[in-house]
Amino acid sequence: MGRYSLMMGSEALVRGAIYAGIRFYAGYPITPATEIAEYMAQLLPRAGGIFVQTEDELAAINMAIGASVAGWKAMVATSGPGFSLMQEGVGHAINTEVPLLIVDVQRGGPSTGQPTMPSQQDVMQARYGSHGSYEIIVLSPGNVQELFYLTIDAINLSEQYRTPVILLTEEVTVHLWEKIHVPDPEEYPVLPHVTPPTHGDEGFLLESQLHDERGYNVANDPELSAKALWRLIGKIRDNVDKISRIEVKYAGDNPEIFIASYGCSARSALAAVKMLRQDGHKVGFLRLITLWPFPENAIKSVLRNANTIIVPEMNSGYMANEFRLLGLNVVPIPKLGGEIPTPEEIYSAVKGVLP
Amino acid sequence: MNPLIQKYLRSEYAQGKRRTIFCPGCGNGIILGYFVRAIDELKHEGRFDDSKLYIVTGIGCSGNIPVPLKYNIVRALHGRALAVATGIKLVRPDAEVVAFVGDGDLLSIGGNHFIHTIRRNAGVKVILVNNMLYGMTGGQVAPTTPMDAITHTTPYGNPEPPIDACRLAMALGATYVARWTVALSRQCIESIKELLLHRGFGLLECLSQCPVYQGRYVIGIDRPSKIMDYHLKITVLGKEPMYGDKITIGKFVDYEKPTYEEIIWSMINRVSKGGES
Repeated sequence: MGRYSLMMGSEALVRGAIYAGIRFYAGYPITPATEIAEYMAQLLPRAGGIFVQTEDELAAINMAIGASVAGWKAMVATSGPGFSLMQEGVGHAINTEVPLLIVDVQRGGPSTGQPTMPSQQDVMQARYGSHGSYEIIVLSPGNVQELFYLTIDAINLSEQYRTPVILLTEEVTVHLWEKIHVPDPEEYPVLPHVTPPTHGDEGFLLESQLHDERGYNVANDPELSAKALWRLIGKIRDNVDKISRIEVKYAGDNPEIFIASYGCSARSALAAVKMLRQDGHKVGFLRLITLWPFPENAIKSVLRNANTIIVPEMNSGYMANEFRLLGLNVVPIPKLGGEIPTPEEIYSAVKGVLP
Repeated sequence: MNPLIQKYLRSEYAQGKRRTIFCPGCGNGIILGYFVRAIDELKHEGRFDDSKLYIVTGIGCSGNIPVPLKYNIVRALHGRALAVATGIKLVRPDAEVVAFVGDGDLLSIGGNHFIHTIRRNAGVKVILVNNMLYGMTGGQVAPTTPMDAITHTTPYGNPEPPIDACRLAMALGATYVARWTVALSRQCIESIKELLLHRGFGLLECLSQCPVYQGRYVIGIDRPSKIMDYHLKITVLGKEPMYGDKITIGKFVDYEKPTYEEIIWSMINRVSKGGES
């Protein structure tokens, strides 16, 4: 059932988060993520939740960690510069296994870059931004409807794997207005919130250094430290195929050429595939819904007959490199400057490599 | 081990399998003892329920103080204890939230959170352990180090004047502010008791001895008891916080005003319809 509603991407994200049980939001104003905070400030108290505008992004992510530990699902939203400040909290939440949703609405960088323009320049910051060895889950919604459902999925994954999950979107996607389906309460699955484990009459010990299963610090023990870290890495790495999702279209006739993209760029990519198909070219379409962990096996099985893959994206060619690591002939279309690659640009680039 | 403290410890600490990491003569263990005595006395007096106690720490020597205790403990990042503590207090306004922080932790890297936690009057109880330098990293200058002092990062003397945490807290409207030294046991215990029962933000600054770095380099005395004597010598009872050649100690302010969590929750109750809108 549910209902259909016209809404802005930011509102869809906020309503998805509240649907999934988020009851604590902490954030600092930043373009182009400010609307998320404004919708949260309005809607969260009505749902019995708490909105805090913090003194900075460091406070935001750490306050959200406190709220999650104390028993409520919590989230933060920001853009590139704020995401940089939050990286210490990302690592802290990973190491202390605190479920948390972190939204990064990408704008152009580096530094304060291009505040009002979209980009996909944070895909590597989302993956590797915090120090140390770790694995992380990063989802990339492609439209307003997905901003609703992938937000719920991201929160569910964070509870299932007891880890922060990043929803990586773009300025243009959260500012887009589209018709979306909003499910009735309990129509879409939502996992319960998990808090740190206690032991008998002993409270939890949430240790920020490497620790054993009771929370005791093992940072000076090489063997136990390695064990603790491999467990954190393993819980994501060993479940890549369960976590990672891709969308595939026009693959039924086993095309040798694919256009692969994600987020807002994937919309132009799909339009380009349709144009090429109209011209009679066998070209397939692949969209990464999960950026990290990189859906290697799923991609390999779809591309088993392909020899060339074209990757349009709004950075200097980051995800194209990941496809290259799979041993494929990759043609990157890296676009900087703040404009989405157009279907015509992708179409022309593909025409250039067609046999 | 004092049998009083035993029942408040996590099993591995109670059984002696784990020890605190403090250097001999450090004030941190003494402060841990004061904290347990304060809780124990309040419980005997029937004035405190420790089942809803959350303890947050920053990073530094002081961040290890509550770890042996069997309460809910969050070891937060350097400087961020008050942000984490505010998050807990908002979600669990019925819980008692205590933060153990160091001087560099609270006043340098965490200075912004210190300011805004007090401005909001979040009901977080801060126990600031001031050893006048960075002890964990090996004795570098802190915002509390006296001017001209020799430390590992001020080999030619500290060019910067120190900050007075209590004075800053009062300027920001803190509702409970006190400063004592580790040498004054009864005053410290009574102050922790007042802090635990206080409504709204509270700060207890405790001057503490670090024999290894503060003693050797800043003061020039390395015997713990002599450093405690020195702290008594440079402190005077006062009504106003001062932090110079003489440091004033005492309870500087104790009053009540609406807390952040009370205001937030009254707003939620006003606008909440009990479900999604």
